[in-house]
Amino acid sequence: MEIPVDFATLRVIWWALVGILLIGFALTDGFDMGVGALLPFVAKTDKERRMVINTIGATWEGNQVWFILGGGAIFAAWPFVYAISFSGFYLAMFVVLAAMILRPVGFKYRSKRADPRWRSFWDWALFVGGFVPVLCFGVALGNVLQGAPFRLDSDLRAFYEGSFLGLFSPFALLCGLLSVAMLVLHGAAWITVKGEEGPVAERARRIGEIAGLASIVLFAAGGFWVAFGGMGFRIEGLADAAGPSNPLRGAAAVHAPGAWLDNYSRHGWMIVAPVLGFVGAALAIAGLYWKKAWLAFTGSSASATGIIGTVGLSMFPFILPSSFDPRSSLTVWNASSSHMTLFIMLIVTVIFLPLVLLYTAWVYKVLWGKSTTAALAVNPDLY
Amino acid sequence: MDPAVIDLSRLQFALTALYHFLFVPLTLGLSFMLVIMESIYVMTKRPIWRTITRFWGTLFGINFVLGVATGITMEFQFGMNWSYYSHYVGDIFGAPLAIEGLMAFFLEATFVGLMFFGWDKLSRVGHLFVTFMVALGTNLSALWILVANGWMQNPIGAVFNPDTMRMEVSNFRDVIFNPVAQAKFVHTVSAGYVIAAVFVLGVSAWYLLKGKHVGVAKRSMTVAAAFGLASSLSVVVLGDESGYALTDNQKMKLAALEAMWETEAAPAGLTAFGIPSMADRTTHHEVKIPYVLGLIATRSFDKPVEGIFQLVAKAQDRIESGVVAYGAVETLKVNPNDLAARATFEQHRRDLGYALLLKRYVADPRQASPELIQKAAWDTVPPVPVMFWAFRIMAGIGFLMIALFATAFILVTLRKHDTKWFLVLAIAAIPLPWLSAELGWVLAEVGRQPWAVEGVLPTFLGASSLTVPQLLISIAAFTLLYGALAVVEVGLILKTIKKGPFAQHEPALDDSVEAEPAVA
Repeated sequence: MEIPVDFATLRVIWWALVGILLIGFALTDGFDMGVGALLPFVAKTDKERRMVINTIGATWEGNQVWFILGGGAIFAAWPFVYAISFSGFYLAMFVVLAAMILRPVGFKYRSKRADPRWRSFWDWALFVGGFVPVLCFGVALGNVLQGAPFRLDSDLRAFYEGSFLGLFSPFALLCGLLSVAMLVLHGAAWITVKGEEGPVAERARRIGEIAGLASIVLFAAGGFWVAFGGMGFRIEGLADAAGPSNPLRGAAAVHAPGAWLDNYSRHGWMIVAPVLGFVGAALAIAGLYWKKAWLAFTGSSASATGIIGTVGLSMFPFILPSSFDPRSSLTVWNASSSHMTLFIMLIVTVIFLPLVLLYTAWVYKVLWGKSTTAALAVNPDLY
Repeated sequence: MDPAVIDLSRLQFALTALYHFLFVPLTLGLSFMLVIMESIYVMTKRPIWRTITRFWGTLFGINFVLGVATGITMEFQFGMNWSYYSHYVGDIFGAPLAIEGLMAFFLEATFVGLMFFGWDKLSRVGHLFVTFMVALGTNLSALWILVANGWMQNPIGAVFNPDTMRMEVSNFRDVIFNPVAQAKFVHTVSAGYVIAAVFVLGVSAWYLLKGKHVGVAKRSMTVAAAFGLASSLSVVVLGDESGYALTDNQKMKLAALEAMWETEAAPAGLTAFGIPSMADRTTHHEVKIPYVLGLIATRSFDKPVEGIFQLVAKAQDRIESGVVAYGAVETLKVNPNDLAARATFEQHRRDLGYALLLKRYVADPRQASPELIQKAAWDTVPPVPVMFWAFRIMAGIGFLMIALFATAFILVTLRKHDTKWFLVLAIAAIPLPWLSAELGWVLAEVGRQPWAVEGVLPTFLGASSLTVPQLLISIAAFTLLYGALAVVEVGLILKTIKKGPFAQHEPALDDSVEAEPAVA
């Protein structure tokens, strides 16, 4: 079969697509997780908590598929990345999974019994299911920016030379906190969009504003750290953009402090991403302050898009650099699936992703309307 | 590599996958039973069918979330625990998993919320459509995961690329329309339908025995009897043996589950009873039924079913040829432009995986002695006694299910829903199809050993370079978490059943309907 799109182009398209999927995950499941993390703090009584849970009760499940699909897409498009990152961050990944397992169960089982201890237990399970993965994703991205301590042997088998506690460097923790602040802001904005006006929305605004400020401060601090903290990798010589997916062949990567800023001087437009990160958060704070729910939600969405985009654009073409053996670093050019697989998966995505967006929009439309405490008394279907 | 790491990785995968499959088949089958029940509601407009749909829907929901929760683990576990596997075959294996997410998970997960929360927001037909989308999504997800699994059993449409040291897609259509995958899909979803039917039948029988919710129970039983009879026939008739003639490993699987050590003249006999021994390489106290196996396995009178000894001899030849391919790959690693090595590789590449079997004993397969090669060839035999008994129990339960549903079908047709002995049997039968389904996976996956991907990659090479403490922590934590969730789930299901179909919805309206004679 003749493949109508060349290999290098497909590799860039898939880099963008994985980015879009991760942003899709942050924007949809992100507010579910933010709401989970906020649950015990914005809602005090059982009625309030049920009202908050029902702002996402009918739709969190579809949103979570962005996470699952993110895993599947990375497997299909970048098998190396899937294999090396998840086995390298093994215990951290396990903690994420365990926390995420609590979520589906928490949503469904909480309402099945009226016992306050039962309900309080699942409230905290939902908190853990929101807070812990969000923290871990940030920590993981922090490690990716710093480079992970792995190496490949000549069979391309990966060996991870780091430890679990080694993942929690100060910079990685800062990234984890930024991730929490960003999605707590997003979750708070969602509660003001979909939840009823009242004390819960008031608390969500107050916490959201603080989270928004924290996002701005942490994002700025992270930026300085990335620029001047000795981070960065660079490819020596010319990478073969259409070469075989084999990190040990072709141009080698080296550790190069400050190199994560290279792209911005080369492609000025990329500055849009960090600007969006800041401006979005500022808009979200303004929206919360002036009680413009949609402004807040648009702002928090823009901020998350900008922050995640910044990480991706700063690192391009790197996906997962190796701090232990920079030669083993994974890039867009050396870690992808074959030409054929990338093309087939592109066709499948082009057909099904719009379809998914279409029916998701329809479902949101059918379920439109605010979640209220009053509805709890009349509708037995609600959580 | 530390053998304990490999064993623990296998243990964790087996535990989490078998646990996941406790919930999945009920989801597969119950989703379609909900479609049937709701269709009757839409056609008859009788509120009792709405009550029935919502009651089984509530139980569906409790079960569904655990399928979702434990499925999260499955999506990431290949990368976490089977890192080299993920690299080696990710170019092929990753695609169906990603397509599953795009085509199936989004469908079921997006519509399932609307199914529970949209009763008052949609028309009757609109809601039925939503329920159907959920059923379609769950069943499509089974299709894609079985395309992935089928490829592990029969890896067609892919070749090894020495430049990237992995398998790559050569023909994606072959991967999708893999006959093993198709057979597995039909067999597996049918098994799911049987499980759901037994569940509905058993719970309804319990209500009838107690004399509670008779109207709901009789109607549910009628649906379960018809659906169950069709599914139990399908699961046995469309067993996945049709794919067993395709590859050497599939043939070995068949020989192992029949404990057939030597090739017999066609058509081969079926061993009804025996005690297979791996040490003696024979089956003691064998009782054979002539012709039957040959007919089932080859669908012919004249094709022989190959025995274990003959298949091991074949494996030995393939290992020797594979060592040549391995040598060529090592040369190409150093000099990718060595044309002679490339030509040699092309000639022997289909046996490369067999050389990797030797890596269990020597770092460099080219150093292996003839004795070692023979030893590795015998490694291609999966544990015969496990296979032999797992198959007999699985198939035995399959036939029992046909008998159960045939009886149920006759009884409901004769309007004898309250036949006491049968009700007791129906309740007792609830765990059986689950046991059968789990054993089916044992057969498929233990039978594939020593391969992760048949003829391509041995299981022991696929594992991640993890440490024993890492694995002990995750296995212990998974066991605790999954164990606790199982207790909670069963508790909630029992509680929901005890509360009955009228606990939550439209209580006044339907009590009057229930007094009417059974069956709409």
